[in-house]
Amino acid sequence: MREVAVIGIGMTKWGELWNKSLRDIYVETALMAIDDSGVDHIDSMYVGCMSSGIFVGQEHIASLLADYLGCAPVPSTRVETACASGGLALRLGFMEVASGMSDIVLVSGIEKMTDVGGDEATYALGTAADQEYECYNGITFPGLYALIAVAHMDKYGTTRKQLAEVAVKNHRNGSMNPLAQFPFEVTLDDVLHSVKVADPLRILDCSPITDGAAAAIICPVEIAKKLNKPIVKITGSGHATDAIAISQRKDMTWLESTYQAGKSAYAMAGKSPGDIDVFEVHDCFTIAELCVMEALGIVDKGKSGEAVERGRTALEGDIPVNPSGGLKSKGHPVGATGIAQAVEIVKQLREESGKRQIKGARIGLTQNMGGSGASTVVHIFERG
Amino acid sequence: MSTPSRYWREIPQRYRLEANSCTKCKQKFFPPRLICPECGSRDLVKTKIAEKGKVISYTIIRVPPSQFKDQAPYAVGVIELDDGVKLMGQIVDCDFEDLKLGKRVKIEFRKLFKKGHSGILCYGYKFVPDS
Repeated sequence: MREVAVIGIGMTKWGELWNKSLRDIYVETALMAIDDSGVDHIDSMYVGCMSSGIFVGQEHIASLLADYLGCAPVPSTRVETACASGGLALRLGFMEVASGMSDIVLVSGIEKMTDVGGDEATYALGTAADQEYECYNGITFPGLYALIAVAHMDKYGTTRKQLAEVAVKNHRNGSMNPLAQFPFEVTLDDVLHSVKVADPLRILDCSPITDGAAAAIICPVEIAKKLNKPIVKITGSGHATDAIAISQRKDMTWLESTYQAGKSAYAMAGKSPGDIDVFEVHDCFTIAELCVMEALGIVDKGKSGEAVERGRTALEGDIPVNPSGGLKSKGHPVGATGIAQAVEIVKQLREESGKRQIKGARIGLTQNMGGSGASTVVHIFERG
Repeated sequence: MSTPSRYWREIPQRYRLEANSCTKCKQKFFPPRLICPECGSRDLVKTKIAEKGKVISYTIIRVPPSQFKDQAPYAVGVIELDDGVKLMGQIVDCDFEDLKLGKRVKIEFRKLFKKGHSGILCYGYKFVPDS
């Protein structure tokens, strides 16, 4: 396998982008990554997108976007594994470069979610759960994570306040990220008194509906060196699955796919959780960030709530998690999230993160998760 | 809008609670599977799930999907049946303050929601307190 580096990144302001179409958002973002890398062509591209069919009534977007990017006839592949689609696009691009099949690959993700109303968006997101045996019985995505939260609180004594601390911390980080959808702080009181969505989760426990894209250019390290650009290597990649219905899992509080994907990525990189300086993880709901920390081995089982409460995962803590603001504050255009996490880690390792910079960060990890945890993609990045 | 076939092919599970179990490792599956994920055996026989069990997690849905709007707020739980099968369903005929982990419940056949403009009735199982 060849060593692979990220040499360009692109991300535009996320939010409710009513005056921009799916193709416009995509092309703007992809061009930023291409310009940042300095390459004059790409050999192949991957687009992570969960549900353009429901959100904008458009399938076949791999070709549509290659065309509008002015890149046709390069091979273009759309990748879908719910909210982990972006992470998987990165992994497939990584495999294509590492294998020697292609040299310069655009890996990207997009979701245009506000062309439909709330009911349809809820339906589209619900398709990441078991339609016949979960959604048929009236569950929603906040509901699924609420079921995980109740089980976690019962098993480990995790508190309602500890969940809220995740949102407060991520909004504090996001307030320093100009590209975030909600770049402002929230207080514990705001979270604890926000509207109930699915008990015990409230609206400020939930990531929002977002339009946005993110992109990166990857290539072999040998080519990256010739381009004279700051090099961030991808040294580990892992991908795993689990039962899509949470009732089919042995322990609802344990994200087995995250554990397995993390294990593969740590093994490939020759690293352990203690070696990582900065984490970007999938906090689609506050409880998700806690469960992910445990499954990635950042903290012991049941100890995540306490770690957040003690400030260990804050920017200045010993295990900073989601310096970008996470899905909670930055926004969650589902197909784009996995790539945006990589964009943040690359910025951190290049020391380009401004006020939210983790000083001296050399190794970073991204964890991108689909549905209620039935798929996870983990990557490890290191300064070149 | 899907054709009726999507609805009626699930009727054995939703109306009659049909499951299957692995003849080798005895694991029981609801909904039924074609291969046992535990031991890999493809030798599975039809059976039925237990009709009583306990709540192992629950939530109250305040912001529902559109077809459940007239029912909100409502409780949804994950139930572990007495035969070890776990499944999700609404918990009804129970005040929210009486919901707790470990609560005994039993399955009842109920209307779940109305579908589409013509209001096709969709049926299935819900859980009620077992007192």
